[in-house]
Amino acid sequence: MEPIIEFKNFTFKYRTQVEPTLFDINLKIFPGEKVLIVGPSGSGKSTLAHCINGLVPFSYSGDISGEYYVGGKDPRKLDIFALSQMVGTVLQDTDGQFIGLTVAEDIAFALENDAVPREELLKKVDDVAKTVFVDEFLDHAPYALSGGQKQRVSMAGVLVDDVDILLFDEPLANLDPATGKKAIALIDEIQKNQGKTIVIIEHRLEDALYKDVDRIIVVGEGRIVADMTPDELLSKDILQQQGIREPLYVTALKHAGCEILPEKKPGHLETMDLSSYKEKVKTWFESVSLPEAALAEEAVLSVKNLNFSYLKDRPVLKDINFEIKRGEMSAIVGKNGAGKSTLSNLICGFLQPNSGEILLNGKDISPLSIKERGEKIGLVMQNPNQMISKPMIFDEVALGLSVRGVPEEEIKERVNETLKICGLYPYRKWPVNALSFGQKKRVTIASILVMNPEILILDEPTAGQDYRHYTEIMEFLKYLNEEKGITILMITHDMHLMLEYTNRAIVIADGELICDNSPAYVLSNEEISDRAYLKKTSLFDLAKCCEISEPQAFVERFIYYDREVRHG
Amino acid sequence: MARVLTYEEKDTAIHRLCGVTKLIAFLAWSVTSMMTYDTRILAVMFVLSLVLYRLSKTKWSQVGPIFKFILFFLCINLIAIFFFSPGQGTKIYGTDTPLFHVVGPYVMNAEQLFYEFNVLLKYMTVVPAIFMFIVTTNPSEFAASLNRVGISYKIGYSIAIALRYIPDVQDDFNQIKNAQAARGIEMSKKATFGSRIKNTAAIMFPLVFSGMDRIDVVSNAMELRGFGKKKKRTWYMGKKLEKADYAVIAVSLLFMVIALGITYADGNRFYNPFV
Repeated sequence: MEPIIEFKNFTFKYRTQVEPTLFDINLKIFPGEKVLIVGPSGSGKSTLAHCINGLVPFSYSGDISGEYYVGGKDPRKLDIFALSQMVGTVLQDTDGQFIGLTVAEDIAFALENDAVPREELLKKVDDVAKTVFVDEFLDHAPYALSGGQKQRVSMAGVLVDDVDILLFDEPLANLDPATGKKAIALIDEIQKNQGKTIVIIEHRLEDALYKDVDRIIVVGEGRIVADMTPDELLSKDILQQQGIREPLYVTALKHAGCEILPEKKPGHLETMDLSSYKEKVKTWFESVSLPEAALAEEAVLSVKNLNFSYLKDRPVLKDINFEIKRGEMSAIVGKNGAGKSTLSNLICGFLQPNSGEILLNGKDISPLSIKERGEKIGLVMQNPNQMISKPMIFDEVALGLSVRGVPEEEIKERVNETLKICGLYPYRKWPVNALSFGQKKRVTIASILVMNPEILILDEPTAGQDYRHYTEIMEFLKYLNEEKGITILMITHDMHLMLEYTNRAIVIADGELICDNSPAYVLSNEEISDRAYLKKTSLFDLAKCCEISEPQAFVERFIYYDREVRHG
Repeated sequence: MARVLTYEEKDTAIHRLCGVTKLIAFLAWSVTSMMTYDTRILAVMFVLSLVLYRLSKTKWSQVGPIFKFILFFLCINLIAIFFFSPGQGTKIYGTDTPLFHVVGPYVMNAEQLFYEFNVLLKYMTVVPAIFMFIVTTNPSEFAASLNRVGISYKIGYSIAIALRYIPDVQDDFNQIKNAQAARGIEMSKKATFGSRIKNTAAIMFPLVFSGMDRIDVVSNAMELRGFGKKKKRTWYMGKKLEKADYAVIAVSLLFMVIALGITYADGNRFYNPFV
């Protein structure tokens, strides 16, 4: 069989860069195959995807050497439009890629551009909307849909063109875990029913492996470092070396001293042969003991009987009660649109509650203005570009102090000290746009930290970050929490984050607080996980498969042990 | 939550018209309003725009905030006219009927007051028309109808995309404004006017940067789905001009001709009640 995508000694260098981004790529993908491409940020995996869909070289120009073919043709001799008839791309940013004002128009976009007559166009849109179950929403605005529905609309938008290859660029990045699981299932169904070739780029490996893939291609530093089946790959150490997170059950097995073998089928936990590992896992579980956690008692933030709605009879938050203790690192979790951000907007004073109160150190904060609250409760937004307003790093961090009329000498001192804490001191005279995404994030954290807030609220602090950057940001926050005593509250749907870095999870579903407990408890409880669109952790399933009587304790011990191993 | 100055789907006679019809009517309306200073015509137009506002079922929350903003600048404008050319009314109407002393050498006379009243009326006829056009015209359908009257679909689509992003940019703006307020950059009524102007920069900077991210994503998305491939394209939202459309176009053009005819009948653009 002829490959549908083929790279031969392919090297690519962006015009604006000195070094090539992709070196000597050799890769074949066959019709009907489902391939997963993984790699850390900056490894070149997105560039590889751009070469397939034609953004390279048609939108991002550069020098290509070697050969490559898509659908048997040399893309350099085609144009981006001809390629778009073969390769349909679903971009990562589900919001940004909507072009049409309604779902129907968005799906129709490719056909409109192809000047398909209107009658035919209406019919095709209806058909494809049915295959991905969005036919009910045809006249809705895409931005009013849930995360999962949005993604199905994006899929419909490329399926309507009847392409042979579907390329998914980090399809899970903006989805809550349960919705992500459904997306992977839908992709699988499309491949099976329509025989499409599927290429998925993703760094959330465990979630992407929810359904079978034929091969995993690991990209590292511009080269292909592995091209093998999931079972083979999980038996090796390549993922760790490349800084990609293995499925947690695999890490747990490795900690327990088990040697992972391809013939045990480690690709899926449900079908994996665990018989020879059970005893080892049990022994390991009994050997790990948790240190006694010191419990903070003093509440710094209390939320009491909080109610909020935009429209009278459609409550967004219903009777929310919780307390955040001083020095805690906790998370507000729940599916997209559950009311998590509304809650943080209420705490910061951007919105006013219909009833109920918010207390800071026992005092009602309702009389305080946004600015006054901002001195005690700092909010870091998800996208650093939404916060940075000064071209120079020093000025950006100093902004909050200078608008408050703090004397210049003191500003200088406090900013420099904050920059040192955040590891940004060497860059203090740099322009902000010279920084990487992670560094910009630090700048925004620094610009809040400089005001000495008691609580730091972060909205999705690690969204879209690979494992290395995720670890970097989270370790930094942990340091602020442990060494500087700052109470940290994070809004997230990242289960790893809440498991590894928080001691409490406040779960919001459909506007109600349904659980306030340890992350290990939440992710071991099927009912709560389901309602909040989270996903039970595979560690829990592993514990059960190994007949461990306290699966929740197993999850807790794993998290503790894993941290000790990784950070000494 | 009603969004400010954004298309909202409603079932009214005005909403049902083609985008192109509304554009032609809007242009005829604006030309008339710009040319004429005839108070009688302006008054009729003002009443008509109130009627249209009613017919279009536009809610005050859809346009109110922007309207207040425009009103504010209009007041500044009217005051400035008085201080820069207090004799404009006399120059136009030929008489001088002093009313009251303002400050220093400035005296307000009836002619000046009447002239500025006319300026106010002109704004009051054009501004509602702009609002009505934006909130009742589906951007995609508008792009489609522009294309139908022979304008390149790329231009039409750019306008549609710009209109479509108004709500997104508003959301971004609010979020950024709030986050900056928390850092101490106050934009509320507590801050002085001067510092509010200065603080706008702290919001515009991030707004532009996140906007550029957005443009990058959407232009890639459009290319990847074949935008610009052919000279022609079809439209999901395409509408044909119907009887009502032709009628509205005819009526608005006729209105323009008659209104301008009355205006210029006595040789100038002004209606003079003083002689």
